[in-house]
Amino acid sequence: MTVMAPDAKIPDATIAAESDETQISGAKIILETLADLGVDVIFGYPGGAVLPIYDEIFKQDKIKHILVRHEQAATHAAEGYARSTGKPGVVLVTSGPGATNAVTGLTDAMLDSIPMICITGQVARHLIGNDAFQEADTVGITRPCTKHNYLVKETAVMADVIREAFYVASSGRPGPVVIDVPKDVQIEKAPYRVKKHVEHRTYRPQVDGDEAAIRKAVKALATSERPIIYAGGGIINSGPEASALLVEFARLTGMPVTNTLMGLGAYPASDKQFLGMLGMHGTWEANHAMHDCDVMLAIGARFDDRVTGRIDAFSPGSTKIQVDIDLSSINKNVRVDIPVIGDATSVLRRFLEIWKSEGYGPRQPSLEVWWQQIDRWRDKKCLSYTDSDEVIMPQKALERLHALIQGREAIISTEVGQHQMWAAQFLGFDKPNRWLTSGGLGTMGYGLPAAIGAQIAFPDRLCIDVAGEASIQMNIQELGTIAQYNLPVKAFIMNNEFMGMVRQWQDLSYEGRRSETYSSSLPDFVALAGAYGIKGLVVEDPADLDAAIQDMIDHDGPVVVDCRIAKVENCFPMVPAGAAHNEMLLSGDAVSKPKDDEALAVV
Amino acid sequence: MKEVGPIARHTISVVVDNESGVLARVIGLFSGRGYNIESLTVAAVDKRDKRSRITAVTTGTPMVIEQIKAQLDRLVPVHRVADLTKDGSFVSRDLALVKVMGTGEQRVEALRIADAFRARAVDSTADSFIFELTGSADKLNAFVELMSALGLVEVARTGAAALSRGSKGL
Repeated sequence: MTVMAPDAKIPDATIAAESDETQISGAKIILETLADLGVDVIFGYPGGAVLPIYDEIFKQDKIKHILVRHEQAATHAAEGYARSTGKPGVVLVTSGPGATNAVTGLTDAMLDSIPMICITGQVARHLIGNDAFQEADTVGITRPCTKHNYLVKETAVMADVIREAFYVASSGRPGPVVIDVPKDVQIEKAPYRVKKHVEHRTYRPQVDGDEAAIRKAVKALATSERPIIYAGGGIINSGPEASALLVEFARLTGMPVTNTLMGLGAYPASDKQFLGMLGMHGTWEANHAMHDCDVMLAIGARFDDRVTGRIDAFSPGSTKIQVDIDLSSINKNVRVDIPVIGDATSVLRRFLEIWKSEGYGPRQPSLEVWWQQIDRWRDKKCLSYTDSDEVIMPQKALERLHALIQGREAIISTEVGQHQMWAAQFLGFDKPNRWLTSGGLGTMGYGLPAAIGAQIAFPDRLCIDVAGEASIQMNIQELGTIAQYNLPVKAFIMNNEFMGMVRQWQDLSYEGRRSETYSSSLPDFVALAGAYGIKGLVVEDPADLDAAIQDMIDHDGPVVVDCRIAKVENCFPMVPAGAAHNEMLLSGDAVSKPKDDEALAVV
Repeated sequence: MKEVGPIARHTISVVVDNESGVLARVIGLFSGRGYNIESLTVAAVDKRDKRSRITAVTTGTPMVIEQIKAQLDRLVPVHRVADLTKDGSFVSRDLALVKVMGTGEQRVEALRIADAFRARAVDSTADSFIFELTGSADKLNAFVELMSALGLVEVARTGAAALSRGSKGL
């Protein structure tokens, strides 16, 4: 085995002093470096190409390893961990299928800007390119779905690569980073040196916004008549301080606030200035206020097509301010008038300072007309639904869940579909880091492993996966992980026997031809839970709903609830395909077919 | 929104770390996001600092060009990105090697045109030439067009290599 010289690219004063230290294997360097970086848990699955790393895991006790049942679940668990703690989630998988199974979670983390480190095993260096057993071009496959990736070609650079990967994953706009490590690089020995922070040679995101742009933005807001703050997941990524500053700024200025799906919890849902979520299934008041505003402050939000609706009819006539740490988010979908590149915390702090020093004061009196208009929109009561004594309405189930978990600081994850939108509408988050959902990629199967990740980070908190019966089956095998570690995760399955959101679109756009969207041959979820030694409950009668939810909450251990809900209820309000924000449908509106093929092509 | 505005040709310079996969990152970004590449030239330009310079010629609306620049800029191994077309005047050269076969009057005519284009014969046999020619893509196109009537065999071309005019570097 050749011993490579320490990486000469990054000068380090400690090298000389420690030159006589013992050499350790690449696998051990990985564990040492992770521990040094404060990693306390790895979500993973072993295999041939990571055997040396698993052997080192066996021999140490600083880092806990959570054995999942499928590599995709490891990535979502890491996302749940990252989203609930603000720290990067760490994943370890083997080469080939281990790495390809991780691709969905990497892409999910890429689209939702979740910091994640995914270490993948690779075949030995001399076998790369030979179609060796369990070989896949992991850096090639993951290049477009990671923020950055590395193939570690020599053990001597391992520690530096891992440190750099953590820096890249968690700074600027966060994202997933893959480190592909050939098996022989894990075995080879090199000196290990403890080193502090790595400053990357090229990657240095701008944190502080341009002063002139900030002043211009504050002035536009101060002189506006119909302002709105549109805050997204960037606030959550920036940290709890950004949320606190957002609340302070909104209260000081008296402006209404709406959150994106990823931003829920960034502003307290119970606050009177909160208009609810915006976008396709957002509230009537949020979308109309966005459409009619004269100055919009977008912060940590990226004008996603699910938010904007028809782009040429999106908030016409407003002056748009966008605060984002990623330059490529500016002017991507929507032309922005005042861009501010920077971190939400830093920029919001400056907004507040300037607002105060310029003596703008509270806007409440002058915004009175605007608030009166907003109240008229609120009077629509857009989330209202027709309750029933016969069947559990999905909205009712979530209203009751929300009521019964009050004060519990619960962390909620979701799968993807109707239940996800209802959860976003009805669960009302007052704090950041308590809402875990797959927003950008829309990954069915996200919720159960994400809840596992959050439960590992917060063993004493109530962690609930609000699921659909179709989505949860995409990673249902993780009941095994829940059972193994006796994690008190609650799976609250909203079972309507349909892939509800797809069926809703078929009903709205395809004349009700419900092609392949019936959840046929469903398992008996209670029996399935029982097979894993997990408590299962079924509830069908609205009269039993509260007792079932309470039973789930009170049980000291994992629970699977099969909540049988109304089968064909649709999720409203809805901005139909190809429509503008002010063309929303409410529950009970007559639904017409999409206007044309172009509208039909909007996913 | 992407369709809005006139489509224009831009020459973009990118200074990157000369590490494996960096070109794949740049090309993957263009194909993955549906941007056009008219030409792409890449070579190491700084051995000591291990840097390469990529020159990409692309077309798009002003918003798309701005996106291309921002997307390139956030790739981790990218040092600098400059839109030479937007930033002012610049010098841009392509290189072509053009093989022509012929004898007699045709051969004389090919040489005469090559001279007018300031192309150099870098290989010659009794019945063929390889001409080396640098210039704008348009000039190279014109030369190849003329040669096609005079026994053109094959052409090898680079994309553009470009630098901004004046004393400042990237």
